[in-house]
Amino acid sequence: MRKFSLLDHNSVPKHEIIQENEVKSLLDKYQIEKGQLPKIKQSDPVIKELGASVGDIAKITRNSQTAGESLYYRLVIDD
Amino acid sequence: MDKNMPSIPKRIGAIKFGLISPREIRKMSVTAVITADTYDDDGYPIDMGLMDLRLGVIDPGLKCKTCSSRAGECPGHFGHIELVAPVIHVGFNKMIRKTLRAICPKCSRLMLDAAKKADSLEQLAKLKKMGHLPNSHINEIYKEAAKTKTCPYCYDADGNPTKKTVIKFEKPVEYIENGDKLTPSEIRDRFENIPDEDVRVFGMDPDNARPEWMILTVLPVPPVTVRPSITLESGQRSEDDLTHKLVDIIRINQRFQENRDAGAPQLIIEDLWELLQYHVTTFFDNEVSGVPPARHRSGRPLKTLSQRLKGKEGRFRGSLSGKRVNFSARTVISPDPNLSINEVGVPLPIAKQMTIPVRIIERNIDLMRMYVARGKETYPGANYVIRVDERRIKVTDLNCEELAEKLEVGSTVERQLIDGDIVLFNRQPSLHKMSIMAHNIKVLPNKTFRLNPCVCPPYNADFDGDEMNMHVLQTEESRAEAKILMQVQENILSPRFGGPIIGGIHDHISGMFLLTRNEKFISKNGALELLRKADIRELPEPAGHNEDGAPYWNGKQIFSQILPKGLELEFPAKVCFQCETCKKGDCENDAYVVIKDGELIKGTIDENGIGAFKGLVLDKVVKEYGTTVGAKFIDDVTRLAIRGVMRTGLSFGIADEDVPPEAKIEINDVMDKAVEEVQDLIKAYEAKELEQLPGRTLAETIEMLIMQKLGKARDSTGQIAGNHLGLENSAVIMAKSGARGSMLNLTQMAACVGQQAVRGERIKRGYSQRTLPHFAKGDLAADAHGFVKASYKSGLNPTEYFFHAIGGREGLVDTAVRTSQSGYLQRRLVNALQDLEVQYDRSVRETRGVIVQFKYGEDGIDSTKSDYSKPEAVHRIVRAVTGKEVN
Repeated sequence: MRKFSLLDHNSVPKHEIIQENEVKSLLDKYQIEKGQLPKIKQSDPVIKELGASVGDIAKITRNSQTAGESLYYRLVIDD
Repeated sequence: MDKNMPSIPKRIGAIKFGLISPREIRKMSVTAVITADTYDDDGYPIDMGLMDLRLGVIDPGLKCKTCSSRAGECPGHFGHIELVAPVIHVGFNKMIRKTLRAICPKCSRLMLDAAKKADSLEQLAKLKKMGHLPNSHINEIYKEAAKTKTCPYCYDADGNPTKKTVIKFEKPVEYIENGDKLTPSEIRDRFENIPDEDVRVFGMDPDNARPEWMILTVLPVPPVTVRPSITLESGQRSEDDLTHKLVDIIRINQRFQENRDAGAPQLIIEDLWELLQYHVTTFFDNEVSGVPPARHRSGRPLKTLSQRLKGKEGRFRGSLSGKRVNFSARTVISPDPNLSINEVGVPLPIAKQMTIPVRIIERNIDLMRMYVARGKETYPGANYVIRVDERRIKVTDLNCEELAEKLEVGSTVERQLIDGDIVLFNRQPSLHKMSIMAHNIKVLPNKTFRLNPCVCPPYNADFDGDEMNMHVLQTEESRAEAKILMQVQENILSPRFGGPIIGGIHDHISGMFLLTRNEKFISKNGALELLRKADIRELPEPAGHNEDGAPYWNGKQIFSQILPKGLELEFPAKVCFQCETCKKGDCENDAYVVIKDGELIKGTIDENGIGAFKGLVLDKVVKEYGTTVGAKFIDDVTRLAIRGVMRTGLSFGIADEDVPPEAKIEINDVMDKAVEEVQDLIKAYEAKELEQLPGRTLAETIEMLIMQKLGKARDSTGQIAGNHLGLENSAVIMAKSGARGSMLNLTQMAACVGQQAVRGERIKRGYSQRTLPHFAKGDLAADAHGFVKASYKSGLNPTEYFFHAIGGREGLVDTAVRTSQSGYLQRRLVNALQDLEVQYDRSVRETRGVIVQFKYGEDGIDSTKSDYSKPEAVHRIVRAVTGKEVN
């Protein structure tokens, strides 16, 4: 079977791991701790493919019906 | 802090759940209860009886022997009953079964090897850390242990590993091992021997919950305050159901003890034990399946502990989540188009009964004096005075003068409702926020709540006997909040779709339709009469003069008077014929609305103009001119439309369904042709010449083709009938303007009822291979499968009538099922989402501050404040300011 990257699939929104400084500005913007972000398991196929570790924050860019594009952030957790 | 507010003595740090141990029960008990009697002959509670004074007091005048407080202050204290023999707690019967099956019958150890246990403990710790529920994992452990055949830890007399026994469970409280009944004592012994480390493996914390505590050796006796006795008029005491049950338990307990001490035969002991078990079981739950419910002498089943908590009327749903309230009223509603949408008509008797507390200050003391002096019978008066010393005094005819005189600054008067007071108005089921809105009251004669019919859609109300509730707000803060957030005019636009949910219905729409479409010559008198209630001071330039030189106006001009100045709007009306290319302003059907500078130039105002859910004029007025202008516009529309519909007159009768003979012939031709075509299809099908549709069998194909053919036939008969009735027909007017009914309804009345369906298919059920004995077996024809050729006007023949009843029944069943299902779905959704909140930074968060959505709706837009996210509003402003178009 041909190997392909999950990230290239049409229905998988864009996931990326954000850098330390971006994390800080995100947490500052919403005045929250990391734990108050939505979570995503490390075993999630996309996270596995990205190779993120626990504590990283994934930025998800989704297509939105109302806004065109919308941003979500998820904290990678142990499962 | 306010001197009336008690300070919080302790902050709750954590709540821990566990099983209560016998030691703990004894520790919290203030007395053992040993006598089944309650009161002695003098009516004084017996010591160590069920009404012992140490358990708390309910009779006024007596003092609690534990806390020395009086009735009302004493919270009550638990006692206990020492059970002669242990009994099963029904609430734990399944848990006991699971545990019995998972442990070794001999050594009581959990039947898993050491490695598995360690592994399981580790997993449990992990789940706990993650904040997940351990339930499914624990169930796995139980299952695995139950599967183990031999004990890994101990050996039987022959030196082989102990074999597991089969434990049969007989509901509700019997456990049978290899054919012998296990007594609660035996089970308890086994549970006692389970080592603490094994208890941890199946998810229990041995400090807070040991398995043997699931079997009762001592029973807590709830305080007297939980089961108060009432004194009947005859002076006789009537005890609470729980007390009755406790009496039974104590009696049997005593008999058991006596018999055992006397060395009674095993059989009798067992019987008594079973009886004790029965009473303790029903004390906890009197609706256990397999146990006859304990009954009162009258035959009524007793309401024991679990019945107090369970269900809709139970403690949680009936007393804590929802309860009855003061300052509320309920009565039938009826319409009154002369009221504003912000108002509600309140019957005088209700206004006299309900009150608003007013704190007296120097500036209102004279007014309040007047209210109090009037007493409670002369409206508007006052019902209560709360003096500075916080005494509450009822105003009566006798004391009103005196009370009025003695009023002073700082006391409070509870005055009766007057016009303009703010109340909350509600109709159940309260499915969205518009189900409770704030109205200003208008005190009116008679006995019903009156409301403007335009606010029916948000409440989903009609006037066929609906009742509504009113709540009178008691504080200044709540009134301010209600006025800002909940007043009707603030809820004209629904956040669900960003459009108006309050607006014209039924007669308003037909009225506006008739006025703006047909009324061309309105005399001065007519114009003034139409606009009488609209607060218009001047009539516009007349549209023309008749031969006598008298001026006349048209309906569009009259409507323009209630439009705000400067309104610019263009849209197709509901009556739009959906032409290929829209001629817009030049529409020959007058179906394209053009409003320029608050003047209706062209077009008909109908459902798309002022209707609830759809009214574009409404939508624009509210979004551009604000809610106050919006509310006034709706008020004006209601009044003008009612006048308008009365000017032309709109009635409907059977004669309005009459179609001319030539139309009847036309309809019959269409029908006959359709039936013929169906016959052709059937012939082709039987000759196997029919072309099969992809994904369908031949039989399905023919069914579909027939349905299609007959559906089309029905529609074209409807069109014929509609054309012959013309736009003058009141049913057509109502259907086309969107006031009520549809062309389909009209078709069914005047032309053809059409195919009756069950689950979207033609009717097939009935006798073997046919629906009724009137038809040949295997007949596929239209009339044999529920096609109703007749119209309601012409009348259905017997077979048609029968098929119609079948289809109608399905509709009834569907609605009944749908409402109950959607109600439950709603409840679950609300429970799941009720704590989510949009924050000031537009993120949606729950109570812990965890973000659910980073931007509300992903675009952070409040739909009621946005013009459907289109840039037209901005374009118009630019145009208005600069006079240039934006590209």
